[in-house]
Amino acid sequence: MSDDTLVIAGRELTSRLVMGTGGAPSLDVLEEALIASGTQLTTVALRRLNPNQQGSVLDVLRKHGIAVLPNTAGCFTAGEAVLTARLAREALQTDLIKLEVVADDHTLLPDPVELLDAAERLVADGFQVLAYTNDDPILARRLAQAGCAAVMPLGSPIGSGLGIRNPHNISMIVEELDVPVVLDAGIGTASDAALAMELGCDAVLLATAVTRAEHPALMAAAMRDAVVAGRNARLAGRIPKRYHAANPSSPLEGRAAL
Amino acid sequence: MTELTSDVVVIGAGLIGLATAWRLAAAGIQVTVCDPTPGTQTSNVAAGMLAPVTEVEYGEDDLLALNLASVAAWPAFAAELQDATGLSAGLHQTGTLSVAYDVDDAAALRRLADYQRRLGLEVEELSGRDARKREPLLAAGVSGGVWVPGDHSVDNRQAVAALLRAVDLSGALLIRQRVSHVITSGTTAVGVQLDNGDTVHAAHVVAAAGPWSSQLEGIPQELRAPVRPIKGEVLRLRVPEAYRPALRHTVRATARGFSVYLVPRPGGELVVGATTSELGYDTRVLAGGVFSLLRDARTVLPLMDELELVETIAGLRPATPDNAPILGPSGLDGLLWATGHYRNGVLLTPITAQIIAETVRTGVVPELGKPFLGSRFGTPKVNVGVNR
Repeated sequence: MSDDTLVIAGRELTSRLVMGTGGAPSLDVLEEALIASGTQLTTVALRRLNPNQQGSVLDVLRKHGIAVLPNTAGCFTAGEAVLTARLAREALQTDLIKLEVVADDHTLLPDPVELLDAAERLVADGFQVLAYTNDDPILARRLAQAGCAAVMPLGSPIGSGLGIRNPHNISMIVEELDVPVVLDAGIGTASDAALAMELGCDAVLLATAVTRAEHPALMAAAMRDAVVAGRNARLAGRIPKRYHAANPSSPLEGRAAL
Repeated sequence: MTELTSDVVVIGAGLIGLATAWRLAAAGIQVTVCDPTPGTQTSNVAAGMLAPVTEVEYGEDDLLALNLASVAAWPAFAAELQDATGLSAGLHQTGTLSVAYDVDDAAALRRLADYQRRLGLEVEELSGRDARKREPLLAAGVSGGVWVPGDHSVDNRQAVAALLRAVDLSGALLIRQRVSHVITSGTTAVGVQLDNGDTVHAAHVVAAAGPWSSQLEGIPQELRAPVRPIKGEVLRLRVPEAYRPALRHTVRATARGFSVYLVPRPGGELVVGATTSELGYDTRVLAGGVFSLLRDARTVLPLMDELELVETIAGLRPATPDNAPILGPSGLDGLLWATGHYRNGVLLTPITAQIIAETVRTGVVPELGKPFLGSRFGTPKVNVGVNR
């Protein structure tokens, strides 16, 4: 599947695994994990980082040619998110923004009203908006209609590792939207990432599942392989499920009668 | 312009620089320490936890060994410092109680305890009820705990004061000037120049400039220490007499997924920390930092409401790419690193001073220090688990 390139906001990606950097115990561990993941795009929280500081995670990304996707983590209102996005654009010279507007710092669930407001304002301001959203198909549709470059529904809350709680909603979002759909948040282990791709998501974004694993680089490699496996399974066309009778894969004719 | 000479010049008079200078001077070596404001930066802000067990991270085995060696070295170091100065070194051997608030926090704490046990560290898992028997003022919602008898704390400000006195009494010279650059001759560091133009020539230059170590001028770019500042905000509170001691042990808590620690001092002070952000050389205290520390501390200790908030302060941890310090030869002859202690500066003070003093005296880095040479950085990263 070498020509299976994903295009988000005009950028071509051959890796469908987008990484986050939160939760890594050290820069070295993060670097090893990013390399093992094969990612070409990684999101970084601008509020917790000075882009001019030498030796930061941004230097690690530059060193390995990984594109930076600034995000608005920590913003609770559309106003804050728009300001943070503009600071990120100025500091990093990119029009890409992962838009995160959360309702509180306990659940970290997106605030749908503020999110849509911010998305509309950022699109109007020329940003390529990748919107982190609830797994609500109608909200996802509204974000796509607002001009977002990608819509990124959660599988479950950030950092929860609970996997994809409503696969049916994710399928509905995938079927309806014409823009890329990236499963963002909730991934706990490799099978969750594979499921996201089997459901038809165009990519997976994850951080904690790797950075807080006992062996982050090994988990990153597992995620990389899971995303490829899930993508291939999706493209291969799975067999329908048969709930009431088995359908043997070997012919029954000509077998010895014992 | 004055030209001084010394056997050793130490750049930086934080805990690491002061302790190293003291050990060297005690061995009869002539030492000069340079720092515009001794003991006022990271060493003044730190909470002073000696926490090799409760702060252990996956895959940091060499650092754990160094941390354990240093926590073991602290009692003798403190006693000697007290004998030399008549001042308390601030060592407070209380043990540490880690507690979890909700069930998810408890699961995270159990996972860590399992790892600590696999490493052979002494930990005892407790029910929420038993945790509260050790610390009765903890919130009723505390759902579980882990008792760690080997993790203690040091009042870092007392330690700084004692070391300043010890350095003075030892005959070492403390110059209150910033080092403008390291003076080199060919590929050898031969001393330092100060902001006022004075110079100190020395056979050994020890760079203990904490988060500023990467900024030292005069060192070739490729040999500079990969140290970056990581800001931490810390609160100091006073427990009213009637409620003392609010806590008897260091308490670390995970409260709804957020980490916080509370370190009691014998005099009624309670130190609460710490936030983490990479904002460069920025020591502003942000409202959000203070808010989150108070929120999380109050979740596990409701009595927080009654404490006097005495100080909010921010400092810079000297972080390295692998969280471990950079000790010993730098690649530039004559220049030794004693830097990059990140979260463990107070903890690693005795062992760092010992390792650097021995390296200066013998020319050989002791075994314990060998994993921490600066030369470990810059090697190509190995790919893991790639399809073959």
